[in-house]
Amino acid sequence: MTQNDKAINRRNFLRDGLWGGCLAALGIVAGASARKKRKNDLVWQIDPYKCIACDRCATFCVLEDSAVKCVQLYAICGYCDFCPGYFELGATVLDTGAENELCPTGAIKRTFIEEPYYEYDIDEALCIGCAKCVKGCAAFGNGSLFLQVRHDRCLNCNECSIAVACPTGAFKRVPADKPYLLKEAEHA
Amino acid sequence: MRFFSNILLGMAVSLILCGDTSGIERFPPPDFVETDHFIPSPTTPEPRQDVYEYIDAAVLLVALGLASYLVLKKRSRRAIFALTLFSLLYFGFWRKGCVCSIGATQNIVFSIFDPDYAVPVVVVVFFLLPLVFTLFFGRAFCAAVCPLGAIQDMVLARPVRVPGWAESALRLLAYVYLALAILFAATGSAFVICRYDPFISIFRLSGSLNILILGGCLLLIGVFVGRPYCRFLCPYGVILRQLSRLSKWRVTITPDECIQCSLCEDSCPFGAIRRPAVQWPQQEYHIAKTRLTFLLLLLPVLVFFGGWAGSSLKGVTSQAHETVRLAKQIYLEDAGQIEEVMDASTAFRATGQQTKELYEQAADIRARFEVGGWILGGFIGLVIGLKLIGLSVWRQRTDYEADQASCLACGRCYKYCPREHVRLKKTKDGPGKW
Repeated sequence: MTQNDKAINRRNFLRDGLWGGCLAALGIVAGASARKKRKNDLVWQIDPYKCIACDRCATFCVLEDSAVKCVQLYAICGYCDFCPGYFELGATVLDTGAENELCPTGAIKRTFIEEPYYEYDIDEALCIGCAKCVKGCAAFGNGSLFLQVRHDRCLNCNECSIAVACPTGAFKRVPADKPYLLKEAEHA
Repeated sequence: MRFFSNILLGMAVSLILCGDTSGIERFPPPDFVETDHFIPSPTTPEPRQDVYEYIDAAVLLVALGLASYLVLKKRSRRAIFALTLFSLLYFGFWRKGCVCSIGATQNIVFSIFDPDYAVPVVVVVFFLLPLVFTLFFGRAFCAAVCPLGAIQDMVLARPVRVPGWAESALRLLAYVYLALAILFAATGSAFVICRYDPFISIFRLSGSLNILILGGCLLLIGVFVGRPYCRFLCPYGVILRQLSRLSKWRVTITPDECIQCSLCEDSCPFGAIRRPAVQWPQQEYHIAKTRLTFLLLLLPVLVFFGGWAGSSLKGVTSQAHETVRLAKQIYLEDAGQIEEVMDASTAFRATGQQTKELYEQAADIRARFEVGGWILGGFIGLVIGLKLIGLSVWRQRTDYEADQASCLACGRCYKYCPREHVRLKKTKDGPGKW
């Protein structure tokens, strides 16, 4: 009987020891992650200088309507009449006819400012992030159109599906207080 | 006219630079003379505020506390079910299943191995809180807080009993899954738990078809087999199981004493109720002793073999890392073994980085996969060995008990116990009081 009691005690002692050990281990994990120089939370963003404007952003986002949209950085834009991001390469007439437009959803709005300048705005509700305009603008224009993750839409998934599919590693985590990677104007 | 010459110049330049999508400024910025047009800047909407994350953490804390109370003190299946439903709606459909404690494991591992990555506070909270609660109150998290468990609990209509050997064997999958998740997170390759989260597309009501099919299949199986993901796949469940063995308070089927009526025997859809076992059969004692000695000697062999197998799989596992994949692609292209050129390799060549550098990086990563393979393969071997030993050790049990590790604290068994009816004064005072 005494033998039995001892065994139970030893078992309980071991058990309590293990229990305390586990609690301490969890404490260490908490402490270690708190001690690490706490930066801001991280969010996903596209490095426009690495982006090759494939169309994966349009299709791989877990949202039905991708969180990646085209951004127009007006400071770089040449305000061209024949905008290579707006018009099909073979467009003969420079008007807003759908057959002339590069954008499959008509998400780019063309506004006349003054001769010969036109302003181009992105309608984010229509933009699907296919990067057709990005390609055109980069190949023949100033490259003022580029893709960015729009944080009012992005769910900030732990494993971003687009980042997994991105062929060039342009998708990366950036600090949440600087959540956009806009291009820099060279002429400034 | 000036403008069209600009275009022609631009086209000529771009013919040379075609393929570079970062772009260069070919046209000067406009100088508006007729209008004083103001050049706007693009909008930059802010990310979701931190305050919502802290609300999530607070809801998690309250839900865990409430779940523990309902499971251990109130002993009400109906209340537990209500909380499960709430968790499914809040953490699942409202918060769209992210952040979740299961996936948070990877962030913690990643932050240990990557000096530059600091885990957000809320992720640490989601990882630690359920573990701490499990150390005190058992797996109340699984019962009523985890949205992945909740969605499977909802569909469980016709539970069938899974044979013990199948249960033990299938559970190994979860350990392998955990080991792989740690390996991939530690090497910075991928967060596989998130990538193959089967129910996330259901919570978001959108997602890739494959994952949707996976989730649908698991739910279909879940109609007959109680919570297949929790029992056989969940990597976080593996940690919870082990901590639950040590928990201070735990589910007891009977509120006071077991009268050995065996009514509760079939109540558990997760096979977590253990029958009383009073005496080890005499004639089996010697066989069991020999078996145990053999298994104890086998343990180091299994650990070594597991480690060896894990490390020799580095060629396969390291393919999960994009640098290794890219290095392989570049190598095959350079060696002329494949014609097709991928976007990734084109982009790599455009950066002008040396291929030798890339190969060195890839070799480095492969070496890390080898070391990780040894450790985690050894871990799998250890798990198999200990499982075998556990199966051959006899434990005395006088009453019907819920298995500490496997019990998901769902509370289904409570109402099967006649003593529970006495506690609730349903039988003592006669049927009139119902």
